Amino acid sequence: MNNILEVSSISKRFGGVQALDKVSITLKTGEVLALAGDNGAGKTTLIKVIAGVYHPDNGSIKYEKKNIIIDNPRYARELGIETIYQDLALADNLNVGANIFLGKEPMTKKYGVPIIDREHMLSESNKILKNLEIDIPEDSLEEPVGKLSGGQRQAVAIGRAIYWNAKILIMDEPTAALGVPEQRNVMELIKKLRENDVAIIYISHNLSDIFQASDRIVVLRRGLKVGEKLISETTSDEILKLMVQG
Amino acid sequence: MLKIISSFWNWIFLMAILAFLEVFARTVYETTFLLNPFVIQSVLLFTAAPLLIGIGQTFVIISGGIDLSVAFAMGLASVVFASIIKFFAPEYAITAVAVAFMATSLIMLIPGFINGTLISRLNVPPFIGTLGMYGVARGVGYLTADGMTVPFQNDIVFIIGTGKILGIPIPVIIALFFVILAHYLLSYTKFGQHTYALGGNRQAAIRSGINIRRQILLIYMLCSVCAGMAGMIYAARFSAGAPQAGEPLMLDAIAAVFIGGASFFGGSGKIIGTVIGALIIAIIQFGIVFIDIKPFWQFVVVGVVIIVAVVVDQSKNKLSGVRTDE
Repeated sequence: MNNILEVSSISKRFGGVQALDKVSITLKTGEVLALAGDNGAGKTTLIKVIAGVYHPDNGSIKYEKKNIIIDNPRYARELGIETIYQDLALADNLNVGANIFLGKEPMTKKYGVPIIDREHMLSESNKILKNLEIDIPEDSLEEPVGKLSGGQRQAVAIGRAIYWNAKILIMDEPTAALGVPEQRNVMELIKKLRENDVAIIYISHNLSDIFQASDRIVVLRRGLKVGEKLISETTSDEILKLMVQG
Repeated sequence: MLKIISSFWNWIFLMAILAFLEVFARTVYETTFLLNPFVIQSVLLFTAAPLLIGIGQTFVIISGGIDLSVAFAMGLASVVFASIIKFFAPEYAITAVAVAFMATSLIMLIPGFINGTLISRLNVPPFIGTLGMYGVARGVGYLTADGMTVPFQNDIVFIIGTGKILGIPIPVIIALFFVILAHYLLSYTKFGQHTYALGGNRQAAIRSGINIRRQILLIYMLCSVCAGMAGMIYAARFSAGAPQAGEPLMLDAIAAVFIGGASFFGGSGKIIGTVIGALIIAIIQFGIVFIDIKPFWQFVVVGVVIIVAVVVDQSKNKLSGVRTDE
């Protein structure tokens, strides 16, 4: 399989804290890579570098065999790198469609005047959520997402990420805020996306989720990469040891 | 039911004031308030300037900011406009208006550009950045006017300021044009959508790839251009520019936005709400003169209405079940 993403010796410093110290990872097409590590290990910093939110102090990124600099989130999204953050990054005052299409709103014309195509946004969001088998009542689609439940909000965030035909999907703790049945849906979704050749980077605290859904695991500790294992060749004990002792 | 009332309280309140004034007029003066064309024209004319400022302010407040500099930006605009017109001989009246309008509009981009740059690039809180600009615009206004008002003579400007089309004062028509334009911009374009997103969740806006620096810059520039329009309308109405022209309007304009249903924390608000808010304030001010009690009561009443507006906004969130961090 091809390497879609090669991240080479990325370093990032915040004041006195070395958040990432020469971390390298590679990601293959259609592969699920889990990022594990204790709090403060640098997992979120690493994905924010890939998503264009942070600019690394050192290191380089190759995407589809080309050297690139991802200097803003918009560019990352243009490349096909979509990210679902732990805090979901939804605008609570906007409805489902507006959130899914935020920053990429479709336009139409009415009486020759260009306007945002809200009907299209609504019907598309309905489709996306149906495809994901996510249950949001149709009349709630036009309500601000602030009024939806945690699971529904997670669904909107996932729907937003995959609608844009992501080649790489980054998920930061996608199941942390969810109930058990909703967690299962997300895990099923990850498997489905992998079958469609989407590469996934997946942060989790939950080792049983990691072992269930991923192909490979990278363990970070205090900004350093301390281990990389194929899921088929490791055990949760070994991973735990790496997370704690490095 | 409560939910509906809290969403439309400003409409209900507007109706209530109008009903009260009408009953008052009929019982005490044995005349009519609502059907009197003079009253309607005066109230609308009264509304035009604070409404124009309020329109710009609506974008700023929805984005989660505030612009305190608008009142003196308006004064500065009136002075700049007046000074440019004065510069031309009377026979070049049309050229004078065209040049003054273009130049003033362009110059009014500057305070907005500075505000927007301070806030978006240097992370100065909007309250502080625009408070600084309040002082700067005020000073520059007085310096340009040399501490006086700047009277001028220009027939075209006079007609724009005092003329009527189908009985509607021209400044009101100009304000209406801006209302429609602003409503379009806020509710039907990406610019408007991103303004809401910025106020709703700044991080979400950044991560979805919106260029928020550019967005903030444009919002504050729009706001000061609106204030500039208000200043030019002021100059047209009185054939003079005055650095302090907008001074009493700063709070009125901000109040109009909040009475119109915008949230102090950003993310919500509507142009039509600001129109209602501006009308409520103008009617209160005019009504107090009309029923002939001491005019100072208008400050008290407008103050109370602002507080009511914010209280209603808070309870609205509770009633509608939006998460609030308490």
